[in-house]
Parts: sequence; C-alpha cells; structure tokens
Amino acid sequence: MSKRQMTGAEMVVEALKDQGVDVVFGYPGGAVLPIYDAIFQQNHVRHVLVRQEGGAAHAAEGYARSTGKVGVLLVTSGPGATNAVTGLTDALLDSIPLVCFTGQVPTHLIGSDAFQECDTVGITRHCTKHNYLVRSIEDLPRILHEAFYVASHGRPGPVVIDLPKDIQFATGWYEKPEITAHKTYKPRLKGDAASILQAVEMMAKAKRPVFYTGGGIINSGPLASKLIRDFVALTDFPITSTLMGLGAYPASGKNWLGMLGMHGTYEANHTMHDCDLMICVGARFDDRITGRLDAFSPHSKKIHIDIDPSSINKNVRVDLPIVGDCAHVLQDMMEVWKERSLKTDKAALTEWWKQIEIWRGRKSLAYRPSKTNIKPQYAIQRLYELTRDKDCYITTEVGQHQMWAAQYYHFEEPNRWMTSGGLGTMGYGLPAAIGTQMAHPDALVIDIAGDASILMNIQEMSTAKQYRSNVKIFILNNQYMGMVRQWQELLHGGRYAESYTESLPDFVKLAEAYGAKGIRCSDPNDLDRAIKEMIETPGVVVFDCIIEAEENCFPMIPSGKAHNDMILAELGDDGGLEIGSIIDEKGKMLV
Amino acid sequence: MNAPAPLPPSPYSSALGKSNVESHTLAVIVDNEPGVLARVVGLFSGRGYNIESLTVAEVAHGEHLSRITIVTSGPPEAIEQIGHQLERIVPIHKVTDLTLTGRAIERELAMIKVRGKGDERSEALRLAEAFHAKLIDATTESFVFELTGKPNKIDDFVELMRPLGLVEIARTGVAAITRGPMAM
Ligand SMILES: Cc1ncc(C[n+]2csc(CCOP(=O)(O)OP(=O)(O)O)c2C)c(N)n1
Ligand SMILES: [Mg+2]
Repeated sequence: MSKRQMTGAEMVVEALKDQGVDVVFGYPGGAVLPIYDAIFQQNHVRHVLVRQEGGAAHAAEGYARSTGKVGVLLVTSGPGATNAVTGLTDALLDSIPLVCFTGQVPTHLIGSDAFQECDTVGITRHCTKHNYLVRSIEDLPRILHEAFYVASHGRPGPVVIDLPKDIQFATGWYEKPEITAHKTYKPRLKGDAASILQAVEMMAKAKRPVFYTGGGIINSGPLASKLIRDFVALTDFPITSTLMGLGAYPASGKNWLGMLGMHGTYEANHTMHDCDLMICVGARFDDRITGRLDAFSPHSKKIHIDIDPSSINKNVRVDLPIVGDCAHVLQDMMEVWKERSLKTDKAALTEWWKQIEIWRGRKSLAYRPSKTNIKPQYAIQRLYELTRDKDCYITTEVGQHQMWAAQYYHFEEPNRWMTSGGLGTMGYGLPAAIGTQMAHPDALVIDIAGDASILMNIQEMSTAKQYRSNVKIFILNNQYMGMVRQWQELLHGGRYAESYTESLPDFVKLAEAYGAKGIRCSDPNDLDRAIKEMIETPGVVVFDCIIEAEENCFPMIPSGKAHNDMILAELGDDGGLEIGSIIDEKGKMLV
Repeated sequence: MNAPAPLPPSPYSSALGKSNVESHTLAVIVDNEPGVLARVVGLFSGRGYNIESLTVAEVAHGEHLSRITIVTSGPPEAIEQIGHQLERIVPIHKVTDLTLTGRAIERELAMIKVRGKGDERSEALRLAEAFHAKLIDATTESFVFELTGKPNKIDDFVELMRPLGLVEIARTGVAAITRGPMAM
C-alpha cells in the first residue's frame, strides 16, 4: 500500500487496523484526546471504556490470553499510566502480549513536571518487555508495528508506547511496514538438532519419566498443545502442569496427574520428586513449583525446552537445555522419535505407573463433605459439572478460591483458563473476564472470585453492564482473605490480623445497584439449582456463594519444604494435626 | 542433654550449589538510543547483580552503535544469567563475556592529582616515570598524572601516591577487547 499523509493519532488507529486489532480497552484523558478523536471517527476498531486503567490492562490480558492475539490498551498520561502499571507487571510475569498506548505531555514540556506528567518510560522500564517514547512523527509508523512484533514474538510480553500530545497532532507519512524480523530482537524458534536427538534418546531410556509443562505451551499456540497430547499418547509418559499451563493437556486424559507445586496433587509432586527424567516444556521452575530447591527432584536428569534462554539454569540447573519455541521443538522431537523408531522402556513404565497409581490412591483432593455448609471444593465441582458441556472460559482472582478453581475445575482445552500466576494480582479476574467475553461474545465466561479480591476492581461491573457482557461472577464468600488467614494459621499462631473481611457489601444488592442480577446461596442442597439459574440468566450475574469460612486449601507443600513433604487435608483440617507447627523458622521467611 | 541436632540445610540454598565468586568483563553492543544505559543499569540493580565498573561510548557513529563494557562479579551461574538477561533487552545487539572468550586486553585510564613540595614532589615524579604515567598538568605545588593500564596497575600507583599528597582521582573504568584478528 502506498504512503498516506495523516496525523500521529490517525496513525495509531491505522496501525491498529493493520494489525487486525478489533478492540481497545481504555480510559480517556487530556493527553490522549487526539487518539480518542481518531477512534471516534472510524468504525473498525472498537473502544471499550473501562472504569479504571488497571481494569483496561487486565481486560486486555484476558482478551490476549483467551485468543492468542495481542491485547491493546489506551490510557492517558500521569495517573492513567501509573494505574496501568500493575497490569503491565502482571503481563510481564505471565508472558502475555500487550501493547499499551500512554499519552504524554507535549515534547517541549517533558521534564518540567507539567500537569499529569510522569516518567512513563522510566516507571515502566522494569515492568515491560520493551517501551518507547516517541520523539518524532517520522519514527511513529515503525515504532507502532515494531511494538506489536516485540510483544508477540519470542517470549510474549507487554510493550508501552508513550506518545507525547504534539506527536499525536503532528502530520507525517504512514505506510504499513512489513516487519518480518527485528534489527536486534531475534528469538530462536528451532531447537538445536543435536540436543533434540539427545533429548529423545534420554526419553527412550527413561524408567521414571514425567512431562512438566507450563504457560509456554499455551503461548506457543494450539499446535504446541496438540503436539504435547500426541507425544504423551505416543510415549505413555505421565504429565503434570503449572497453574499457567492448565488445559494444554486435557484434565480427562488418562496420563494427567493434575497440577503440581504448592497446591498441586500428591501424585504430581511425588512423580516430580521421584522421576529419573523430567521433560520441562515451557515452564520456568518458579518457587511455587519447586518448593525447597535443594530437595527438588534430586535423582532426575532434566531437559528444559524454553524460548527464553534466561529461563534456563536460572533456578534449577538442567542437564539438557533446548532453546526454542515449544511447538517447533516438540515437532522436531516427534519426528526424530519416529524416524529412529524409538521405543520407550515399557516394563519400567509399567512399574512407574504402578507407583503413580499408589500415589493417586491417596486421593489428595478428597475433602470431608458437608450436608449443611457449602464446601468451596464442592462449589467448584458443581460449577464444573454444570458448565462442562458449555463453551466456557474461566478467570479467577487471587487466593484460596483461585487454587480451588485450579484443582477442581478441569480444563480440556488451552486458552480457557485466565489467572494471574506470576504476580498474583487480586482484582485480575473481573476485568479479565470482560476482556475474554469481548473476544468470545457467545461464550459463558465465569470469574471465580473471592470476597476480598472482587472488591479490588468491582467498578468494572459498570463496564460489563455497558457492553452487555454476560460475565458471571462466582464469589466463594468465606468472609476472609482466606489465603492470608491460612498462612496466619500456619505461621502466626492463628492470629488473624486484618484478614477478616469486615463490612462486606451485600453482593446481591451490589449487583442490583449495577443493574445486574444477584443470587445468593448458602445451602448445598440448593446449589445446583442456583448455579443453573446463574447460567440461564442473561447478562451480568453476581453469585454470592456462602462457603464454609475456615476451610483451608490442601494439599499444600509448606514453604521451605520438599515435594514429598506435603500436608494433606486428612492431616490438616480434618485430622487434628497442629498445622501451626509445620513450617520451621527458615520456611517462615519465605513467601 | 543431647548434642545439638545438626542444622538442616537452608531452604534457600539453591540447587546451583555454592560456587566461587568470579570477576568477568562483558562487552555489550547496543543501539545508542535514549534509555538504553538505564535499561542495562536497571537490570543490574533490579536483579541484584554487581557492577564493578561500567564504561560506555558510541563506537560506530553511522549505525549509532555504542559499546558498553561492564565488569561484574558473581558465581559463574549468576554471570551466565546476567548474559542471558542482557540479551533480553530489545536494543542490545550482542553480549560477549570477554573473560570466557579468554585473554582479553583490559585497559583503564586514570588522572591523578598530587599536591606537595620538596622531596615528596620529586618522589612523585620519579614514581610516575617508573609507571610510565604522563605528566599532563603541573603547578609549583601540584601535578596531574595520566596513567593507562590494567586496573590493578592504577590501584598500585594510587597507593604509592597516597602518602605523597594524593588529592583527587578520576578513572574511566575498564575498556576491553579480544586479542587476535577476529572481532568479538
Ligand atoms: C493486589 C494484592 N494485594 C494483596 C495480595 C495478597 N493476598 C493474596 S490472597 C489474599 C486474600 C484474598 O482474599 P479473597 O479474595 O477473599 O480470596 P480467598 O483466599 O478468601 O479465597 C491477599 C490479600 C494480593 N495477592 N494481591
Ligand atoms: Mg475470601
């Protein structure tokens, strides 16, 4: 296409169109008015008005995570930009591709402490993959497209474009540049052939193997999920996943061990601990996963496939690193495996599965049912059973409810599960659900929430209402910051400092105040009916699910402990074990 | 009383094991654009790495390329991490660990001001000659010497000047390059 003359603000909209962006989440202000004016005068790019810029960032994350596309937000200078910082950091830690446009004071005022000026590129340097301050209109077309390239290539992440107001008004020449490679940023997609051969040979010899998968598979795209399924089917190896990777392998698959890590299953963690070969695909050995590092899977050889070389050997030394994109590497591994007609050690695997069955037999997700109170685990189980045949997407807030959702809601497909893993951001779930719903207007999108978290971005109810979203907010209401209370029980003698959520709003009335429907349920016998009502009610619904308040989230690897040192519910809440005595002094220091 | 139980291994101790702290010199080629130095320095402070010395200057004006030389210290695993973390910074072209490539030449320039009279003054001058330091400014009561060399040579010279009336030091930090015909 030929060059066309237009203003900087028009270029922004033009670039969004050229990038195939259909929706932008944002909030206006003085420093971005020219861009809002340009958006107003066209019909290709839709703007969704959030109620706080933090909501825009999480909505863009939900949109991105549920589609695999880049999420876009637009905020004004100063407070608009600083409000977006939490969401940018969240996207950085969970490798979510975002492009965030921030307004900036005009170039000649930069550095003068002008009204609503802040050093946006300085502030966001640490919480973005890359950022730009646009200094001339000539640079703008390149920067606009480069930003999308950087956000979505390699390990995805958030990119900020800080746009001074004079640049938005300036006129220049726009042309869609074809960026197929970046001058300096060149992520490696194909893995090293020799290492790939070595990897499959290690797999063929393994006696006690396990696939340990993570969010990298989801980021890599649907092909990576398909390949990991095929590989598991081919080898019959057991597979576990981090919180971020749920759905890459179906929870109904027979080789599925459940999630691993701090609140992972007994079988997943023990399999990790006792394995002789760990094949890590797109995960990063983070502290929620490894527990005590010097006792982490002590007898295994470790293969680590990751697109980001800095993830390799960061926390755990591995025997065979393979830098590359999950799908590329898995594909090559499959081919080599087939070419060489490699076979697994069937006899050893049979023994291994026997052992795993023993661990499974511990039924680490079992809990004591109640006839009078709704157990949170039961609530999620029912929610799952009543929505599993629907086109359903789940987001969460942060806390016990998030872990229960990960444990008891079962994911069959990738991109169906949006949660704040790395940063653990309360307030993520509602805006993320709105963003997800924007991308999937006919789907059933449910935010599994906590009573405390939901209040962190409750204003986004207005957004949901305005855009006729059908988002359902399923609050596991324990009247506590439950996860904080659980840790206080573990570490601080049960002194529940400030973790009781006093003066909660009446969530049903709150829903009504926003023009939504509110449903309350506290009776396990009425739960199914109430959940069905929620599903069948069009529009935004807040479900206030009153659960057993003091329930703790098990199983758990207490901080500073090893994978084979878990607390199970039967010992914890129900077995009368004094859980306050489990964590030692050093473990208390950890988070 | 029982003998005290042995302390359990620290839950923090990483599986990387305890290794020796080494000093490495990294050469980093970057696009000379605003903020790039802040990105590099911010990475070191944000992730708790050490900077012993850092120099930066544009080395290719046409292409706007700068070379940053960083002397850092840490266990080898941490230094490997630093290299990879630097490579994640978008405007960075290339990171080379000159200590690993071996036999790199390292030089630093220092300007050293010494103030004194009589015997001390002539002693300072004599030592400067021995170190091949250049005299670049003189008054009746002071000298400024320019000295180029490895950092420890400069350290040695500074220590000798200290009792002779050392008043001020300016050092550039280390610049480094590999030996032989090849570029890094
Ligand atoms: C923004 C933010 N502030 C504080 C925390 C620390 N934190 C983690 S879980 C939690 C309590 C969450 O309570 P609730 O939403 O009711 O969930 P529950 O654990 O009760 O299910 C808190 C305060 C956090 N993760 N995010
Ligand atoms: Mg709660």
